[in-house]
Amino acid sequence: MREPVSEEDGLKAISSGNRRGYLKIFLGYASGVGKSFRMLDEARRRHLRGQDVLVGATQPRIPPEAKLALQALEVVPLKAVGEGVVVDVEAVIGRHPEVCFIDGLAYENPPGARNKSRWEDVQELVQAGIKVVASVNIQYITELSEQIEAITGKHVTQTVPISFIRSADEIEVVDAPPLDALARTQAEQSGFDERRQQLLRLRELALVLAADVVDHQLASYLEAHGVKQQLGAQERIVVCLTADSKAEEMIATAQLIAQRFYGELVVVNVDQPEISSVERAVLDGKLRLARAAGVPVEILQGRDPVETLMAFARARGMTQVFVGHSRSSRFWSRLFGNPVDRLVRLSRGMDVRIFPNDHD
Amino acid sequence: MTEHTRGKLKIFMGYAAGVGKTYKMLEEAHTLRARGIDIAIGYFEPHGRADTIAKAEGLEVIPRKKVAYRGKMFEEMDLEAVLRRRPEVCVVDELPHTNVPGSARSKRWEDVMVLLDAGIDILSTMNIQHLESLNDQVRHIASVTVRETVPDWIIQKADEVVMVDLTPRALLHRLQRGVVYGPEQAQRALQSFFREPTLVALRELALREAAHEVGQRIGPIAGGPESKEGGPPRAKRKILVHLTTDPKTAMVIRRAKRVSDFLEADCYAVTVQPAGDLDTLEGEARETMEKHLNFARNLHIETRILKGQGAAAVVEFARQNGVSQIFVTRPRSRIWLRFMIHDPVQEIIDEAKDLQIVIVSDRDPTVGYRYSGAN
Repeated sequence: MREPVSEEDGLKAISSGNRRGYLKIFLGYASGVGKSFRMLDEARRRHLRGQDVLVGATQPRIPPEAKLALQALEVVPLKAVGEGVVVDVEAVIGRHPEVCFIDGLAYENPPGARNKSRWEDVQELVQAGIKVVASVNIQYITELSEQIEAITGKHVTQTVPISFIRSADEIEVVDAPPLDALARTQAEQSGFDERRQQLLRLRELALVLAADVVDHQLASYLEAHGVKQQLGAQERIVVCLTADSKAEEMIATAQLIAQRFYGELVVVNVDQPEISSVERAVLDGKLRLARAAGVPVEILQGRDPVETLMAFARARGMTQVFVGHSRSSRFWSRLFGNPVDRLVRLSRGMDVRIFPNDHD
Repeated sequence: MTEHTRGKLKIFMGYAAGVGKTYKMLEEAHTLRARGIDIAIGYFEPHGRADTIAKAEGLEVIPRKKVAYRGKMFEEMDLEAVLRRRPEVCVVDELPHTNVPGSARSKRWEDVMVLLDAGIDILSTMNIQHLESLNDQVRHIASVTVRETVPDWIIQKADEVVMVDLTPRALLHRLQRGVVYGPEQAQRALQSFFREPTLVALRELALREAAHEVGQRIGPIAGGPESKEGGPPRAKRKILVHLTTDPKTAMVIRRAKRVSDFLEADCYAVTVQPAGDLDTLEGEARETMEKHLNFARNLHIETRILKGQGAAAVVEFARQNGVSQIFVTRPRSRIWLRFMIHDPVQEIIDEAKDLQIVIVSDRDPTVGYRYSGAN
């Protein structure tokens, strides 16, 4: 029985294209956290509920508790190709189960196989309309490989691109804590500490990646349902620079907050053609500073700087706006207000952080 | 474990009822027991779920205490009995639970603190929506005001925070199959809290929180900038909250505390009063101000009542104490009223041009328009 992606599937992946199948990924942060077990246990439970379950690939070493779950399940053996083994894609498509379970997405297929990597096999199954549940370890994500190497000291070659993880309809984190914190003796402690730090970093990465995937799914769901409301928990900061801005302080603060809250950051300038060439040069220097810090910079066009900035912030779902203090005198402000006042009034739904200016 | 060391706390964090927190916790209890660790259940909430009840089998349960309140009987954890029994590890479900009035401590997390002080390790559970600093965000996401909250410092004190994850769709299926609640309650739940976008948003919150808690437990990076020798240690940032009687002050306190925690800054909260005490405030205003001061103290924020007038006292305090940022509510918006109405928030913004001022908003843009009545 096929289970095409339908309205009732609710949240859909962003880049699903014309895909008909469905993909769920279990994300772990190290081997031994129980991904295989969690995945095969789901297979077992689905089988018990009467679903047509097929196991398309298991890991070379199966943990004992996972073996138990595997007992009642139908398994398509891996196919030998040259020196190695691959998922038997033809057999799985021919058999067309309701749900297919594939352990270990990052494996590279041997030369001569129809796809280079196992994740591409899975992509093919999903495109053939099969519902696939798969597992992957955060250490094998292509875009994270530098970070992973910095943490573990190991270079991995077999990886899965993040775009494929993001294309999943569902992602579930297997978050067992590294080494049991409760049952640890003093002697064990010292030896474990270094490994423990490593595992904590990997765990943090995995949780943040999962949160990002979830945030994307939520955004596309809300968009698809025409909901304007901002529900995601990701912090998005827009820093508005002018020639007067204390750019260094603003960028450093924004980067720190973005890093600690796992948020996003963009620097903007609302173009004002009337500024002097000196001001222009100063401003350009500040924007260069932002780019050098690795922050994307966008120049906005609009007659009214406050309106332009706020339109941008609303369109991008910003949660925090960073601007400089108003330069108007107190007396003037009290009588007529100032741009910062207007910004504060227009910025409902966002926090506004006002910074000191240069030369004040 | 020696008698005098403080117990360790491990929290199983979820994003909704039914994701499997209690089940996961009991599974761990069994693992520990199999390793020969003396473990007992101080309290667990079966919610009538068959698999959870089955999971508790084989574990010692310390009998609960029956408490009468308004003619009804309630069951609570029997703290004295747990202390007498003194297991190495004790299972105490639902950390945010409020005890029946008349109990020695009003919150279960306070009972847990007593057990930890006595050197007992604790396994406990909670959902993300009960974290105090996220209260406003949760109200925005789920349109409910969660009253049973746990202050953030409890979670920061925990030795381990584990995310118990389940996809929202799997959770909804469990709900529909009757695994989580009985049929009537399930229907109610599906129509209110258990809507998919709500669950997804809460799950994202929980994942980010778990990531943050994990990040907090990572020591300085070996060879990283923080571990480099030489140079004075960087002075701690200081964040100041300006307290007023505006009901939105509670939100500002939560947000400022959250930012302080994430930036590892010190957090202070001040209000300015002409006589340096609350005596000049009357009736409701005084009650509100006391409420805000107490709330800040409960979150472990140092509070002061400054003697003086208006914004100048706040700004002066900030400058003298090396505060770099002041968190405030939104100023009253009508510009033409600014000459007539004395708005200390606006004055702080106008006055403190050498400091960072953070104006905290409801994340739901529609909320702010109902200014005075909003809560």
